[in-house]
Amino acid sequence: MIEFLGVSKSFGDAAAVRDLSLSIERGEFTVLIGGSGSGKSTTLKMINRLIEHDAGRILFQGQEIRSFKPEDIRRRMGYAIQSTGLFPHWTVAQNIATVPQLLKWPAARIAQRVAELLGLLGLPPDQYQGRYPHQLSGGQQQRVGVARALAADPEVLLMDEPFGALDPITRGALQQEMARIHRASGKTIVLVTHDIDEALGLATRIVLLDQGRIVQAGTPTELLRRPANDFVRDFLGRGEIGIKLLGLETVAARVRPNELAEGEPIAATMSLRDALSVFVARSVERLPVVDAQGRPLGTLYFADLLRSAV
Amino acid sequence: MVRLLRQPLPWALAALLALTWGMPLLKPLFAAAFPALDRPLYEQDTFAQLVWAHLQIVGLSSGIAVLLGVSAGLFVTRQAGREFRPLVETLVAMGQTFPPVAVLAVAAPLIGFGEAPALIALTLYGLLPIVRNTIAGIEAVPASAHEAAEGLGMSSWQRLRQVELPLALPVMLAGIRTSVIINIGTAAIASTVGAKSLGSPIIVGLSGYNTAYVIQGAMLVGLLAIVADLGFSALARWVSRWRMSEAG
Repeated sequence: MIEFLGVSKSFGDAAAVRDLSLSIERGEFTVLIGGSGSGKSTTLKMINRLIEHDAGRILFQGQEIRSFKPEDIRRRMGYAIQSTGLFPHWTVAQNIATVPQLLKWPAARIAQRVAELLGLLGLPPDQYQGRYPHQLSGGQQQRVGVARALAADPEVLLMDEPFGALDPITRGALQQEMARIHRASGKTIVLVTHDIDEALGLATRIVLLDQGRIVQAGTPTELLRRPANDFVRDFLGRGEIGIKLLGLETVAARVRPNELAEGEPIAATMSLRDALSVFVARSVERLPVVDAQGRPLGTLYFADLLRSAV
Repeated sequence: MVRLLRQPLPWALAALLALTWGMPLLKPLFAAAFPALDRPLYEQDTFAQLVWAHLQIVGLSSGIAVLLGVSAGLFVTRQAGREFRPLVETLVAMGQTFPPVAVLAVAAPLIGFGEAPALIALTLYGLLPIVRNTIAGIEAVPASAHEAAEGLGMSSWQRLRQVELPLALPVMLAGIRTSVIINIGTAAIASTVGAKSLGSPIIVGLSGYNTAYVIQGAMLVGLLAIVADLGFSALARWVSRWRMSEAG
């Protein structure tokens, strides 16, 4: 879908991205991660030509991105940023309608799409579409920002630290919604973050950058199981790699059916990481597991946490 | 209707209209106050003619100043015009350091008497607040709104018209308001070079020791400035009405 071939970019004398090659497949949730100055944001912004690359080639669906008009390519890619960038003088509905308006959709289709997106992001349309951004909480503003990025049903969604400014609870809720939207729509998403837990939780593929170069790229499990070097290990948090591996899986993957232990049951959708915490807190070796409707599913054994399923 | 009557603007406007057409009715009052004067009421032109002439001078010079000032302010905040910003700012600041009287003194011998030198002086004098506030307004547009507008695929023209101008408008309008109010007062000096305005009774009154003329001209100039100021204040509320909506 998007391909970087030997791409470089410098600002004055400072190289931001050096000889970067990367292929992003259709439907992937790619997370670009790295510290500040790693070139992750620059890499993202080169995709929709907010920053023009100096050397190398960037292809979008096999075509050099410079062959498109910048406005056209941007309208085909949703764009969401950390501070939301909502237009303060426009209502929620007008903000979401930005790209459909630019594409001159008929009014009825725009209104329908706005209502649909507000519903998708858990903001009841009647209540929210007429409000102005300053009348919303930070989390609600970011939801509108995501809705605006999705408005014209873009082929690619680019997100630059979209949840960076939110409190942990709101961030967690929005991350879950992004994962749900990705599963439901199968959109190609490229997200920039410096938060390794966000990357591990959302990505189908993580690209770890440092000083403008790719240090390692792979699935979250690959990075955790086979970190390429000490930099990757440090970035993942040396002492927590095991815990983070457990965070990638849910209780449902390890539950033994047809047995039921005593005690307060845990949900099958809980991550193994959280389950470990419950084991330790309750000092037990077995936990009963129930599904979303509260029906018993089976038992999770402490020893099974060690069983490698990957 | 009751709400309208609680606003100061309709009252000030009513007072202005009443005084413009009703000034002759006050003749006995001025005669009583200034018994030494043979002619206690300015009667060379009707006050309606003077107000109209004054409005024309102000409207034309402010109109030109807005057109030039906003264009210059927008030009120097574009990528292409960035380098010209110090030059424009200096020129405009110089325009305001010349007192309009001095401009008139220089311009009148060059282009003759009448309205032309007055318009030039008033336009130059009114540019500074407009240019300065246009630049300030455009620069106050949040960087994130800029980035989002560009990233979502707006062209530079669409960004200017749909995002930058509406967000900068309240600040720009404040500059235009200052410029126009100053202009209403300053336009009175146009009468020194022979243009008809509300300055005519003031100038004639000053040179002929006729205090009544001066008061008649000054009252109308003052009222005109108050009406314009209240009008701009209402307009400012209207262009930033989205800010007023209560927090949800």
